[in-house]
Amino acid sequence: MLKQEYTITVYTENQIGLLNRIAIIFSRRKINVESLNTSPSEVDSVHRFTIVINETEDVVRKLCRQIEKQVEVLKAYYNTNEEIVWQELALYKVPTDIIAAEVKVERLLREHGAKAVVIRKDYTVFEVAGHREETDNLIKVLEPFGLIEFVRSARVAIIKDSDGFHEKLKEFEYREPGENAAENEYLNENEKVFSM
Amino acid sequence: METLELKQQADTKSKARSISGSEAVLEAFLEEGVDTIFGYPGGAIMPIYDALYDYNEKLKHILVRHEQGAIHAAQGYARASGDVGVVFATSGPGATNLVTGLADAMIDSTPVVCITGQVFAHLLGTDAFQETDVINITTPVTKWNFQVTDATEIPSVLAKAFYIARSGRPGPVLIDITKNAQLQQFNYEGYKKCEHIRSYRPKPIVRKEYIAEAAKLINAAEKPFVIFGQGIILGNAEKEFKNFIEKSGIPAAWTIMGMSALPTDHPLGVGMLGMHGNYGPNVLTNECDVLIAVGMRFDDRVTGRLDKYAKQAKVVHLDIDPAEIDKNVKATVPVWGDCKETLPLLTELIEQKVYPSWIQRFKEFQQKEEDKVIKDELNPSTDILTMGEVIKELNALTKGDAIIVTDVGQHQMVTCRYAKFNHSRSNITSGGLGTMGFALPAAIGAAYGDPKRKTVAVIGDGGFQMTLQELGTIMQFKPDVKILILNNQFLGMVRQWQQLFHEKRYSFVDITSPDFVQVAKGFGIPGKSITKREDLVSSLKEMLDHKGSFLLEVMVGKENNVFPMVPQGRGVAEIVLSREEV
Ligand SMILES: Cc1ncc(C[n+]2csc(CCOP(=O)(O)OP(=O)(O)O)c2C)c(N)n1
Repeated sequence: MLKQEYTITVYTENQIGLLNRIAIIFSRRKINVESLNTSPSEVDSVHRFTIVINETEDVVRKLCRQIEKQVEVLKAYYNTNEEIVWQELALYKVPTDIIAAEVKVERLLREHGAKAVVIRKDYTVFEVAGHREETDNLIKVLEPFGLIEFVRSARVAIIKDSDGFHEKLKEFEYREPGENAAENEYLNENEKVFSM
Repeated sequence: METLELKQQADTKSKARSISGSEAVLEAFLEEGVDTIFGYPGGAIMPIYDALYDYNEKLKHILVRHEQGAIHAAQGYARASGDVGVVFATSGPGATNLVTGLADAMIDSTPVVCITGQVFAHLLGTDAFQETDVINITTPVTKWNFQVTDATEIPSVLAKAFYIARSGRPGPVLIDITKNAQLQQFNYEGYKKCEHIRSYRPKPIVRKEYIAEAAKLINAAEKPFVIFGQGIILGNAEKEFKNFIEKSGIPAAWTIMGMSALPTDHPLGVGMLGMHGNYGPNVLTNECDVLIAVGMRFDDRVTGRLDKYAKQAKVVHLDIDPAEIDKNVKATVPVWGDCKETLPLLTELIEQKVYPSWIQRFKEFQQKEEDKVIKDELNPSTDILTMGEVIKELNALTKGDAIIVTDVGQHQMVTCRYAKFNHSRSNITSGGLGTMGFALPAAIGAAYGDPKRKTVAVIGDGGFQMTLQELGTIMQFKPDVKILILNNQFLGMVRQWQQLFHEKRYSFVDITSPDFVQVAKGFGIPGKSITKREDLVSSLKEMLDHKGSFLLEVMVGKENNVFPMVPQGRGVAEIVLSREEV
């Protein structure tokens, strides 16, 4: 099986210490986390982790099972890049005088969809939201013009064919959860099980 | 309707009373049916110990000699009784001393609740005296942990702790309570047991279609083989399991953790799996056509090399923990669920059968093992005593009714190979972690967990020296523990590996021991040391018949090895019966 980028989306309770519990699932197996984001989710009181790793599907599935095993985790999903809409936010700080002097820079910034967030006499901060290659490209473009600082956020992702967590959560609230809340829902896809 | 609710509210209000956080902990214990606590006091847990002073009649507290002893005792208690074991320890060093036991309980799925004291909440993060980050230290070795800084949280957090520890796949839980929360008075409105946590599903939903799929495979099998683990014991499914194999007629082998779930002399029981397991079960794992794994997790000590493990077989895997399915061995049909529920469903769908020629295969291998290993181990031709014959004589005297607690090493493997058990929850050993020093404190716990049965701790001369301070606990509280030291004057198991795989370069395995009988005597425990065969039976009898604890040291062969053995890195079918074959 080939390694590729997977985005893991984890719905959790908002609990101190859970970040560590989830992080050590990866570090224990010496798996590098490419990016990790925590945020609120569409459901009040439910947290959402977005984790990016480079691994085979087999490993990612096992990791998700280990994540779901944690008491405060409601559900973990994993998706390939084709199955999600995702963005990362990057900030670039460049000297204002150079930008002002070089007409070319203005055109380049516009081409890359960069927006000025702060303009000061000494420097200007631009932001770009996009995929990794897009934000990477602009670094190369700005380097010759004295890029002072660069930073990029973790990935945030929306799962294309997800209906969100509102309905699922209702099932979790019941003592006997329905099929949706079942760990073994993937069993419906027979070929994944009877693979021998 | 409304007035009724108001009235109920008023009722609970009137029941409410002011108690301290510490009292709330003890009230929770009573509500959860705790009768015995293993613990050790210290600064940060003093308010709880102060409260305990007034609960003396309702809660027995056993003062151990080291916190590691407390948690192993709680493990032994839980494993013998099926109830949750409970531990108190103070902050800092008290809490860090629990880590080995937590790791042990985690990997062996033992339900334990540990309460640790912690410095005052306002001191957290200041490197206060005896402050350690217990929550983060114990995160990888607990099923759940939580820090309480406000007494009002205590009833609900403890209810969660017990629920999580004992439900689903059991495991250790640690609750760290800051001193201010222990002291804090609050309005206690009674205790409500936890029955549901929305983010936690202890049992997967049973999918009937996969049970049907599994039954189809089993019914079509010609050489089916059942391998079972502790899941049966943890799920209280011994009866359901027995019904299943008796109807199916399928031979069944146990992992070290599953041992005693089925009486060891059951006609369909074919022995132990794994590195030092029996010959037939290991070899025939690679010959069966359907492998039915029940409540076991395919540990590497059971499977040997995975790419040479049961490749020819279709695998049916019954487990309560979804993360175990496909983790090491790919299941053809996964049967997720509590085996107490899934086994009867499966039994219903399978045909009543017998497999005489297939079982004959196991018997053939058994005979080979008898000839090449067992005969000499149990009836040695020299004067030197073997560990196996000690266990054989012990069997004859206990008749398989005792709880046997083992430490880690050669004596553990030999005991598990030869001990007879009639009852479940009889084989208590550190399986997954292999913790030397486990046996003595765990035996103390087992003696409290099931005082009606005799508890015998079988320990090596090395392991005994790791936790022998718990003799002090025995001296003071007088649990009835029979201590059987099998002394080979070596760290035997490591010596065996050095002999077999490191050209006999014995590097620091030669361990000297104190006079164990004198040591025991110092703790007021009678004892005896023997070297001769003619003293064996009478001494074992003396130990077992003695009222109260007794230490018997048996000097055994120094350089005896445990066989059969699946050498590390080899497949189960490459199991060897002697040194020459290694
Ligand atoms: C705490 C701990 N340290 C080290 C080991 C490694 N180890 C496994 S078996 C063994 C030898 C045990 O010797 P002894 O207690 O005398 O038992 P024997 O093997 O001789 O029966 C050792 C050192 C271990 N399992 N646990």
